[in-house]
Amino acid sequence: MEIWNRHFECMDREELRKVQSERLIETVERIYFNVPYYRHKMQESGLGPEKIRSIDDLRKLPFTTKQDLRDNYPFGLFAVPMSEIVRIHASSGTTGKQTVVGYTRNDISTWSEVMARTLTCAGANRHDFIQIAYGYGLFTGGLGLHYGGEKIGASVIPISGGNTQRQIQIMHDFGSTVLACTPSYALYLAEAMLESGISRNEFRLKAGVFGAEPWTENMRREIEDKLMIKAIDIYGLSEVIGPGVASECLVQEGLHISEDHFYPEIIDPETLEVLPEGEVGELVFTTLTKEGLPLIRYRTRDLTRLNFGRCKCGRTMVRMDKCLGRSDDMLIIRGVNLFPSQVESVLLEMSEIKPHYQLIVDRVNNLDTLELKVEVDEAFFLDKISQLETLRMKLQDNLQSSLGLGIKVSLVEPKILERSEGKAKRVIDRRKY
Amino acid sequence: MIIPQLSVFLENKSGRLTDVLEVLGKESIRIIALSVADTSEFGILRLIVPDPDKARALLKEQLFTVNISEVISVVTPNEARYYARLLRILSDIDISVEYTYAFPHGRDAVIILRCSNNDEAVKALRKNDLQLISMKELKEL
Repeated sequence: MEIWNRHFECMDREELRKVQSERLIETVERIYFNVPYYRHKMQESGLGPEKIRSIDDLRKLPFTTKQDLRDNYPFGLFAVPMSEIVRIHASSGTTGKQTVVGYTRNDISTWSEVMARTLTCAGANRHDFIQIAYGYGLFTGGLGLHYGGEKIGASVIPISGGNTQRQIQIMHDFGSTVLACTPSYALYLAEAMLESGISRNEFRLKAGVFGAEPWTENMRREIEDKLMIKAIDIYGLSEVIGPGVASECLVQEGLHISEDHFYPEIIDPETLEVLPEGEVGELVFTTLTKEGLPLIRYRTRDLTRLNFGRCKCGRTMVRMDKCLGRSDDMLIIRGVNLFPSQVESVLLEMSEIKPHYQLIVDRVNNLDTLELKVEVDEAFFLDKISQLETLRMKLQDNLQSSLGLGIKVSLVEPKILERSEGKAKRVIDRRKY
Repeated sequence: MIIPQLSVFLENKSGRLTDVLEVLGKESIRIIALSVADTSEFGILRLIVPDPDKARALLKEQLFTVNISEVISVVTPNEARYYARLLRILSDIDISVEYTYAFPHGRDAVIILRCSNNDEAVKALRKNDLQLISMKELKEL
């Protein structure tokens, strides 16, 4: 099995700890002097950069949350002047505000490096044709994979998401060997390949790197059976860098975290205490090399656990389990992050609608579907069908434009959405992973 | 005349109409006329009842979305040409009919209409000697 960067990926853990300590000290100095927000936060806790001498001191530092990024929208947490920023990405956030991330030239190089590790983990090399069916744009998926693919010298096919017929044709005609997309889209493509009538033998596909949404072992088996490939789970989030934070190797027993760049901790989301090795809790990352947007103890809200045992592949980097859920109410729909509160804020802008709603998430033909059930305000219920239809379409349009997601809107009677039993059940997720 | 009509929002699924009628039936509410408009997902039940406020209160108690709107009630002989004449009068002065329904009463028909401009429509119908019927008269039918 090939390993992209043996020096770091197979580093002795004692030595790794030294590297992490050195890098943490540099990071803390950087944020203390360059990010007023962090400086104030540290001063409040009576911490100066001199108090951080090794990675063991990390737990003295305060956490960073998505809310902190939002409060400092758009560039408030950047640690370099904007003239040093060469790339900006953003992911969806609540109340219309995006979570914005910036990269320096070195950050792009780090990102390419960790993505190169990820792709090598999946068995890819310069002889491969990588079809990138993640979306390109503000979303980090497309470009993240792209730079990694070029770094390992593979032939990158930047087809981006959607247009299934063209995906199949290019996969066939160009002889794509590695597919990168969300796992649900991989299944969708598998069905479409079958329907295309082209024999599997005519495709050269051998592996896929799938992420950006949670998926189970069952789904992996289904993808592997249907596409006849090795399906590799990859993990990342734009705040930390994008894809490339962690990846499974061909052993498929957990995702190796690039710990020399991103230091993981597992905490109890209630008490915020660091949990002992092997326990399930919320994953927290501290970036160790990032320049544009260094983050200290960033709460991912993803639930998982860490395994420090030696992997058969030879890498010494710690492994995280497939994510087991979230410690908040964020939904991932077709790879897009969605908080119910975002839907609520769209509803609140429309006086004709009461903010009594329910979101129903399902998966039909391997594609996520989202339905919003919402009550009509009696004052606006003027007994005309056309008026209600117009209202429904308007709401659908408003949701599409502010969330970037197609949501089917249904108008319902008040009774449907129980509100008497204390906490309303806002989300029903019928997807089976 | 312009009379009150009760409108109830219903999801288009079996049993919902029954639920409404049972609520009203329990209190022996008389229904003078009834019509349902529907799409594939929801519908509007329209009712003419002697005491719409009472019926509304009963339905609201059961959390139905209810509203009272105004419609026009007219009596004509129960023949298509009279219905046609009535509609022609309105279309000639560019008043559109948003919906209408009718029910027979002896040799006559009672026609319920909701127009783009109810007041103008009533004026025009009066001018053309159509017989408008009041809530009081409807109750006695």
